[in-house]
Amino acid sequence: MIPELGHFAVIVALLLALIQAILPLYGAHRGNLALMAVARPAAQGQFFFVALAFACLAWSFLVNDFSVLNVAKNSFSQLPEVYRFTATWGSHEGSLLLWVLILAFWSAAVSVFSRHLPEDMAARVIGVMGLISIGFLSFLLITSNPFERLLPAAMDGNDMNPLLQDWGMIIHPPMLYMGYVGFAVAFAFAIAALISGKMDVAWARWSRPWTTVAWAFLTLGIMLGSWWAYRELGWGGWWFWDPTENASFMPWIAGTALIHSLAVTEKRGAFKAWTVLLALTAFSLSLLGTFLVRSGVLSSVHAFATDPARGAFILGFLAVVIGGSLVLYAWRAPKMITGSGFTWFSRESLLLANNVILIAALGAVLLGTLYPLFMDAMGLGKISVGPPYFNAVFVPLMAPALFLMGIGPLARWKEASLPDIVTRMKWALGVAVAVAILLPLTMDGFEPWASLGFFLATWIALAVLAAFAERLKHGQGSLGQKLATLPRGFWGMQMAHFGMAVGVAGIAMVANYSTERDVRMDVNSYAELAGYNFTFRGTTEHDGPNYRAARGTIEVAKNGKTISTLHPEKRIYNASGMGMTEAAVRPVIFSDIYVAMGEQLDDQGAWTVRLFYKPFINWLWLGAFFMVVGGFMAASDKRYRIALRRSNEIPKNVAAQGA
Amino acid sequence: MKRWLPLVVFLVLVGFFAKGLFLNPREVPSPFIGRTAPAFTLPLVQDPSSTFSPADMKGQVWVMNVWAPWCVSCRQEHPLLMQIAQNGGVPIVGLNWKDKAREARDLLARTGNPYFAVPEDLDGKVGINYGVTGTPETYIIDKQGIVRMKHIGPISPEVWQTKFEPKIKELGA
Repeated sequence: MIPELGHFAVIVALLLALIQAILPLYGAHRGNLALMAVARPAAQGQFFFVALAFACLAWSFLVNDFSVLNVAKNSFSQLPEVYRFTATWGSHEGSLLLWVLILAFWSAAVSVFSRHLPEDMAARVIGVMGLISIGFLSFLLITSNPFERLLPAAMDGNDMNPLLQDWGMIIHPPMLYMGYVGFAVAFAFAIAALISGKMDVAWARWSRPWTTVAWAFLTLGIMLGSWWAYRELGWGGWWFWDPTENASFMPWIAGTALIHSLAVTEKRGAFKAWTVLLALTAFSLSLLGTFLVRSGVLSSVHAFATDPARGAFILGFLAVVIGGSLVLYAWRAPKMITGSGFTWFSRESLLLANNVILIAALGAVLLGTLYPLFMDAMGLGKISVGPPYFNAVFVPLMAPALFLMGIGPLARWKEASLPDIVTRMKWALGVAVAVAILLPLTMDGFEPWASLGFFLATWIALAVLAAFAERLKHGQGSLGQKLATLPRGFWGMQMAHFGMAVGVAGIAMVANYSTERDVRMDVNSYAELAGYNFTFRGTTEHDGPNYRAARGTIEVAKNGKTISTLHPEKRIYNASGMGMTEAAVRPVIFSDIYVAMGEQLDDQGAWTVRLFYKPFINWLWLGAFFMVVGGFMAASDKRYRIALRRSNEIPKNVAAQGA
Repeated sequence: MKRWLPLVVFLVLVGFFAKGLFLNPREVPSPFIGRTAPAFTLPLVQDPSSTFSPADMKGQVWVMNVWAPWCVSCRQEHPLLMQIAQNGGVPIVGLNWKDKAREARDLLARTGNPYFAVPEDLDGKVGINYGVTGTPETYIIDKQGIVRMKHIGPISPEVWQTKFEPKIKELGA
C-alpha cells in the first residue's frame, strides 16, 4: 500500500508541477496577478508530495519490503538501519527521486524567500523551475519508477553495494545534489530575466545569494565524495578524474566562474551577457552530468545500471532545456546593455581573466571527459583518457588563476594601478618565494610542483591577510569591533580564498610527499614508515551485521611511545560475497597514517599490509570546509537581508508589467 | 553571429551524445573473435628476463585481462579476480597496458596478485593488435589459441557468472 501511495504522490507532484510551470508563466506574460499567485502554493504543494513519495520509499527500505523491486535489488535484511535508509538513494531510481526532491525543495525555498521580488519575476523563476520539475518527474514515472513491485516478493535483498556502506555516502549525495540542483535557481533567474528582457543589476543581486549557497553545497558535496573515496576505496587516492567525478566538478568550475562574474554584474553592471550565459552553463553542466552518469555513454566506476531508454529521455530533455535556453539567449543577448567601462588593469579585468582561465580549465576537463565518446562516435576507435592527461592540462591552467586570486580582491574597480599593487604586495611576493624555496628543502627532496604549490598557497594566504590589514587600518574602535563591522560578503570571500590556500598547500604536500610501503607482516613483527613504527598483532575474526571480517590489530608508535592502535579490516559481505578493504585512518597533527590489509599469506597469520603516510591530507578537507563556510557567510550578507526586510515592511506596489 | 555560438556548440555536442547512445562503450564487436589470438612475446613485470607468449598457453583455456595500475575500474574488479584465482579457476594473464612495470609490481604487491603471468606492454603495441581501447578489457582464449569472447569494462560477479563461466565451461576448461 505504502509504495502505491508513493507512486501516487509522484503523479500528484507532476500535476502540481504542470500547474506551477504553466499558469505563472502565462500569468506573467499577460500580467495576470491571480495566475502569477498560483506559483508559490503550487511549488510548495509539489514539494510536499515529492517529500511524501520520498518518505514512502524510505519507509519501504526501512521495513525491508522486498516486494518492491528497488528494495530487493539494493537492500538486505541484515543491513544496518542507517544504511537501509541511505539505500533509498543508492540506486538510479532512488537517487533520481532525491534529485527531484531537492529540486522541489529549492523551488519551495524560492517561493518562501522571494517576497521582495516583483511578482512577475518571482512567478517566472518558480515557473521555470516547475518546467524542470516536469521533465524530471516524467522521467521518473516513465523510465525509472522507484516503486515498481516485484511479484512474487524476494525472500531477501541483494544488499547495497558494500562500497556505499559508509558514513560519507550518507551525506555525500544529498549535499552534492543540493549544489548540483541548486544551480537550477540561478538558471531560472537567468531565464526569467531573458524572458522579461530586464537584465538589470537587480537581477544579479537576486540570484547571487542563491548561486553562492548552491556553490557552497556543491563544494561540500565534492569534498565529501573525495573523502569517501579516500577512506573507502582503500588505496589512499582522493581524486581519480573519473567521468562521474568530472560530472560534478564541471558544474563546480562553471559555478565558481559564475559567482565571480555575478559580483561584477552586481557591482558594476558589466559582463551581463556573459553572466547570463554562465548561469545557463552551470546548470546545463549539472544536467549534462546527470546524462553522462545515467545514460551509459561513458563507462565509469560509479555509473548506475544503464538503459538506453533513460539515456534517450534525458538527452531529449537536455536538448529542449539547454537548446531552448540558448535560443532564448541568442535572441535576447543584443538587448543586454553593458555597464560602465573599465581599464585593462582593474578588478573587472582581473575577474574577467579569472573567468577566462576557469572556462579554459572547464573546457579541458570537458574535452577529456567526452573525448572517448567523440572518438567512438566518429569511428576512430575507443580510447580512454587517464589522470595523466588531466594532471598535465588542468594543473598548469589553474596556476595563473590562483596567482590572480591574490591580486583581484586588492584591485580597485574600474581602474587600478599596477605600480600601487606591486608596492602593496611586494613583501608578500618575497615571503611566498622564500617559502617556495625553503619549505621543500626541509622535506625529502625538492619537488618543483610542490614548490609551486607552496608559493601559490602562501601568496593567496598573505593576500587575505593584506586585505584584512587594509580594511582595519582605518576606522575607529578596537580590533574586535572593527572586525565585527566588516561586511559578511568580505568575510565570506576572504574565508573562501583562504580555504583555497589551505587546500592548495594540502594538495602540494600530499601529492608530492606521501610515502607508502607494502610489507609482509608476521604476527608481532614490525615495520617503519615516516618515523612511525607499526607492530602487527595478528588478526581476529569479527562478525559485522552483514559481513564477516578479518580484523587486524596494528599498534602505531613514535619514539617508542604507542600513540594509537588501528584496526583495518578485510571484509566479505554475506549477500554479494564481495570483498572489501576497510582501511584504518588515524590523523596525526595534519597528516594521516593510513593502514589497509592486503592478503593473508600463510596459516601462521602473516598478511601483506599497506602502510601510507599522507602528509597534510587533512588540509584538503579543511580548505574545502573554509570555502563552504565562506560561501554561506557571503550569502548571508546584510545587503541581501535588508532587501528582504524592506520588502516585507512595505507592501509591494505591483504594477502589472506585460512583457 | 557570436550570440548563436553557444547554441551551435551545444547542438554539435547533442549530435555526439545521440550517436553515443547507440554505442556501448563496454560492447565492442571485436574483429578478433573467432580468430587466432595475435602472437606476441613480452617480458614479465615481475621478472623482465622471462617472457610470456600466448603460445605458452596452448592446450588450455585462459583469460587475458588488460589492466593498468592507474585504472580505477580495474581496481573495482580486482577482488573478484583474486577470488577466481584463489578458487583455482581458469588461469588469468594480466596484460599490463601502457604503464611502467614498477608501478604494476608495486600495486600487485600491495593488493595481491591474481595473475598467472603479467606481461608488460609498455608502448601498447600488443594492445593495438588486440584492439584494446581502454582498460579493463578481458578476453577468453581457447585451447587452440582462438579468441572466443571479449568483455569491456570491469567484470562484476554477475558478469562473471553469466558471461564468463558458461563460455569457459563450453570451451572445456
